[in-house]
Amino acid sequence: MADGELRVPIHSEYDIVTARQQVRKLCAALNFSAVDLTLVATCVSELARNIVEYAGSGVMIMALENGKDARGVVIVAQDEGPGIPDIESAMKDGYSTGNGLGLGLPGCRRIMDVFAIVSNKGKGTTVTVKKWKR
Amino acid sequence: MSIPILKQGSYLIASIQSSPSDSEWREMGKILADRVGKFRSRGVVIDVTVLDLIDSFAARTLREIAKTVKLRGAEPVIVGIQPDVAFSMVELGLTLGDIATELDLEEGLATLNALLKGGGNHG
Repeated sequence: MADGELRVPIHSEYDIVTARQQVRKLCAALNFSAVDLTLVATCVSELARNIVEYAGSGVMIMALENGKDARGVVIVAQDEGPGIPDIESAMKDGYSTGNGLGLGLPGCRRIMDVFAIVSNKGKGTTVTVKKWKR
Repeated sequence: MSIPILKQGSYLIASIQSSPSDSEWREMGKILADRVGKFRSRGVVIDVTVLDLIDSFAARTLREIAKTVKLRGAEPVIVGIQPDVAFSMVELGLTLGDIATELDLEEGLATLNALLKGGGNHG
């Protein structure tokens, strides 16, 4: 990813709050609307929580990115946890294998401009999301 | 940091501070369930005015706290959800179920008064 990327290690519930604060700080340069800022921070919160709940620990990497038509923010949530056995189900509203609501991933996909997920059983999960400044 | 809970007449008012940790959320549920009995409270206002986001965990926890309060015999009402937070919750598909929500503390207390009218010493 680009220079100036932010790495936020995610090990416990307290790091979820840190990740939210960091992404808000990073996005300040983009002049996002207050609603978009809240959407991005909420998505980061969901992704960070998934790491804590399902993998135990991982890292979130955040950076600003210049797209074709706009600037935006890219966030990668990475863990080396057990992986998601059934991604298709995980992307349905209401699905959950843990304590979450199952709304995290489908909600994130809905509110972000780019959403990509790669998960390998036993090797971990990487979720990449982007949001452009409208 | 813990979540301050004020007793006002037969009501309890829990003012959520910014970015509570998971354990603080859980603690609030336990304390409210306990205080409703201790003070024989008839209503509980949960004020989320300072929250800058409500994610799926916070929404689920608020639903659970409200259900617990209700099972303990008090009426829960959530107040102060900010416009950006409300919009984000809708976009994310997060709901608070059938918990009463009001604009602010004043409206929340008015709603409890209306719900519980005839029940004695309120407010």
